[in-house]
Amino acid sequence: MGRLPFTPEQASTFAPDVDHLLYFLLAVTVFFTLLIFGAIFYFAVRYRRRSERELPHASHGGMALEILWTVIPFGLTMVMFTWGADIFFRESRPPADAMQIYVVGKQWMWKLEHMEGKREINELHIPLGRPIKLTMTSEDVIHSFFVPAFRTKQDVVPGKYSVTWFQPTKTGKFHLFCAEYCGTNHSHMIGYVYVMDPADYANWLRGNQTGASLADTGAKLFQDLACSNCHKADNSGRCPSLTNLFGSAVKLAGGGTVKADEGYLRESILQPNAKIVAGYQAVMPTFQGLVTEEGVLQLVEYIKSLAPQPAAAAGGAH
Amino acid sequence: MASHSESLALREQFDTEAQQKEASTLGMWIFLITEVMFFGGMFLAYTVYRSWYPHVFAVASSSLNVYIGAANTVVLLCSSFTMVMAVRAAQLGKRNAIIWFLILTLVLGGVFLGVKAYEWNEKFVEHHVPGAGFHFEGVPQQGPAQIFFSLYFAMTGLHAMHMVVGVGLLIFLIVETRKGKYSASYMTPVDLIGLYWHFVDIIWIFLFPLLYLIDRHLKT
Amino acid sequence: MITAAEQTRVDYLNESYGIKSWLLTKDHKRIGLLYLATITLFFFLGGAFATLIRVELLTPQGGLVSSETYNKLFTMHGVAMIFFFLIPSIPATLGNFFLPMMIGARDLAFPRINLLSWYLLVIGGLFALFAMLAGGVDTGWTFYTPYSTTYSNSWVIATAVGIFIAGFSSILTGLNFIVTVHRMRAPGMTWFRLPLFVWSNYATALIQVLGTPVLAVTIVLVFCERFFHIGIFDPALGGDPVLFQHLFWFYSHPAVYIMVLPAMGVISELVSVFSRKQVFGYHFVAFSSMAIAVLGFLVWGHHLFVSTQSVYAGMVFSFLSYFVAIPSAIKVFNWTATLYKGSISYATPMLYAFGFVGLFTIGGLTGLFVASLGIDVHVTDTYFVVAHFHYIMVGGTIMAYLGGLHYWWPKMTGRMYPELWARLSALVIFLGFNLTFFPQFILGYLGMPRRYHNYPPEFQVLHVLSTAGASVLAVGYLMPMIYFIWSLRYGKLAPANPWGASGLEWKTPSPPPLHNFDETPVVTQEAYDYSGVIGEEIEVG
Repeated sequence: MGRLPFTPEQASTFAPDVDHLLYFLLAVTVFFTLLIFGAIFYFAVRYRRRSERELPHASHGGMALEILWTVIPFGLTMVMFTWGADIFFRESRPPADAMQIYVVGKQWMWKLEHMEGKREINELHIPLGRPIKLTMTSEDVIHSFFVPAFRTKQDVVPGKYSVTWFQPTKTGKFHLFCAEYCGTNHSHMIGYVYVMDPADYANWLRGNQTGASLADTGAKLFQDLACSNCHKADNSGRCPSLTNLFGSAVKLAGGGTVKADEGYLRESILQPNAKIVAGYQAVMPTFQGLVTEEGVLQLVEYIKSLAPQPAAAAGGAH
Repeated sequence: MASHSESLALREQFDTEAQQKEASTLGMWIFLITEVMFFGGMFLAYTVYRSWYPHVFAVASSSLNVYIGAANTVVLLCSSFTMVMAVRAAQLGKRNAIIWFLILTLVLGGVFLGVKAYEWNEKFVEHHVPGAGFHFEGVPQQGPAQIFFSLYFAMTGLHAMHMVVGVGLLIFLIVETRKGKYSASYMTPVDLIGLYWHFVDIIWIFLFPLLYLIDRHLKT
Repeated sequence: MITAAEQTRVDYLNESYGIKSWLLTKDHKRIGLLYLATITLFFFLGGAFATLIRVELLTPQGGLVSSETYNKLFTMHGVAMIFFFLIPSIPATLGNFFLPMMIGARDLAFPRINLLSWYLLVIGGLFALFAMLAGGVDTGWTFYTPYSTTYSNSWVIATAVGIFIAGFSSILTGLNFIVTVHRMRAPGMTWFRLPLFVWSNYATALIQVLGTPVLAVTIVLVFCERFFHIGIFDPALGGDPVLFQHLFWFYSHPAVYIMVLPAMGVISELVSVFSRKQVFGYHFVAFSSMAIAVLGFLVWGHHLFVSTQSVYAGMVFSFLSYFVAIPSAIKVFNWTATLYKGSISYATPMLYAFGFVGLFTIGGLTGLFVASLGIDVHVTDTYFVVAHFHYIMVGGTIMAYLGGLHYWWPKMTGRMYPELWARLSALVIFLGFNLTFFPQFILGYLGMPRRYHNYPPEFQVLHVLSTAGASVLAVGYLMPMIYFIWSLRYGKLAPANPWGASGLEWKTPSPPPLHNFDETPVVTQEAYDYSGVIGEEIEVG
């Protein structure tokens, strides 16, 4: 169905879904508004006071009416709930083959990194027709990644990764806004998402190449920070091997297992003693303050590249 | 036997003394419920962080002196007992007994606060006070350890503040009792301040195991 | 028809004079007026901030104030309006004045605590005022961490202390009302003979007493974090910034019901009196108030749908949020049904009641939009939400407050306000309000985020419409200010029962004597029984 005026462009697969739900809500709202306004207006005129000594019959209500106007609204709201929850659930499950982009928000700009190493500030170029998954974190306060044309929004929180995804359905240039108040220049933390034809996107990616993919930069960082001294490829060091780690289930000391997703990798770098792998000692130092969030993302991508592709259910952190 | 205090305390908005007593009692209970909600927020934060960092909390908890904590618990329980005895004495109209039991309660409350101050000083010496000089040797994760101690100080501090208010109320009661204000037919303030005192005691009964006894039964 | 004896009668206003008799009063009626003055001051302060905001938003790039100042303006607008105007408004002015009278009591259960409540509001207000004058606070009224605890360089602690203290004002008022309704009802005044205004304020009091302490402890934690850097909301130290949001909204969602339930209570009174009929479905309306109070505590997570709260928690909160909408809908239907075959007057209070029902209907229905997860992802943190809550708080609560003020003005002051000017103001307010806030729904769905100082040019037309509406609204609010004060000296003297209303408060002279009733009334009639109130009656319908 087409779009009504006063709605933004529909540029993702979610947009028409959200707008259809909107139309339903609008229809219900307009109906009940007209009903109530109409009834009030009619009664107010028809039963206006004609003499100061009028005394209407006392009426005390009717159970049937009360039940009617409780049950019908309840039924309608349950439809609204289910419909909305369905969209929300789908928005929380990025497809396994989604293209991965990393986002770091900071006061007051968006830093975006493609896997191939291409970095952007306040702009995101993506190809048409495939799902795009954003893994995001903040360097300072809470921000929120909002693209009205896609109808998506997700808070970007320091200390953890949050995920949003969308599949663009038309090319063009679409507003990107920070939607969680973050200080002085909150309203300047804006940019654009550029959706391009796949061929144009490939050209864009090739041009101005920095050369190193995110994983390659991560590999270099891995060496520079001396991670490779302990995390040896052949599992001979004091620390667990990172080959095939991403996506697997890790047994922890003291019982329990955890899925090695992006969030787990980030935590292991910044708060290594939060979870100790079974059979190992708590000897890893923390890299908090020694590596930026972007550096962490590069390391994460590198470690991901040590696992066979595609990773089983890349259903992301949070 | 018409005593001096019989009808002097009836406030003009009430029709009868019974109504006044019921209203005051209900008011105190509602106030205590607001206190439950107030402390409840802290308990929620504690619950969240303990579930996130169970090991850190256990180690930090075991660094607290459980013997002093237990002794303080006994002191507070005894003070609730002496408070009950004061209320009973008031019901029987025994002025001297009221005063003695209130003084005992006051002393026990004071002992509690004194021991608390000693404990806090110990924490200060050990650098377990959150802030710039914080350092806890038991675990590598300093952040979560600091969160434990922050909650420790916030919760015991809030509790101590309530005890100080309680001590002030007890002094007020002692002064008023000496003036002969209370008798078998009017002892509502003794009753209600007793309620408040018991409530502060109960909060401690929850704080003690949550702060001092995490995983104590496990020998690591 | 006012006799000479009545004109020289002693009432609560003239039985003592001097500033001490006001500042040390224990009379709930005088305390109600003290509150009236205080909250009116904060209303105009908050309104001044709003004016500056709307003028700044006339152009996409602003220019009147810097970004930093703009951020302080919307923060202080929210703080002033919510904590120092809306939360106290109806309960502390109209509730304080009329709750005891409506149940046949001489005063509240604890008059001195009532006075203390007012002082706490004033002291809290002074802290907040100090913060505003000393440089302002720029965190948004929601104080999200870690911005408020680690990054903001503004007067966060002073403002937080002010809100903390004002919170205790609210708690003590709630405590007072609960005990009063339980223990001070006149003989024969059973629960189901209580006016619905009493039911509403009782339900509100429950929320005040249970919810506000959680805000207090949240503020304590923010204070500790900001002052001592304890780490509780700081991810670098293992803390969780989203925990703050849970703690904050656990109070702040029920808070909106503190703001709207008393308004609904006023509307029940007005709709009944000015249709001269018992409220349709009295029991349902009473129980709806209680249901809203309970359910209101279960939905706070709907403010956290995109905050990284779990998907399943989001679903539970969305589901429950629809539940809490139903009792409000029940009330709207019952008020509308009350009009059927009534005898409808268009006096100013009734015009405000009509306005309330219409605007609250719209505001409440837009709540269904934001409760829906799929829609909320798009519209949360946009002007859609701003429009939604202003429809309820301003189109709802403030209209009800003004309606109640007009309705009870004769009783409180012994004077009538000028009816024609009052009806005109009601109309101006209604039109100005809609022009201000309806465009904001559209702005929001189009993607205009909230708390934005500058914005893309394509949003300008809607912003200009909104600002135009705001200027009309401002005029509408100034008019009652002027004529209410005028009426104190020049208004017609008011009889005991100018509206033909049925409550106990109308059986006293206007203004009432110090102790309300010469003898404790004995109640034998149901609520809203108009037989015997109107001279010779003509049956209708």
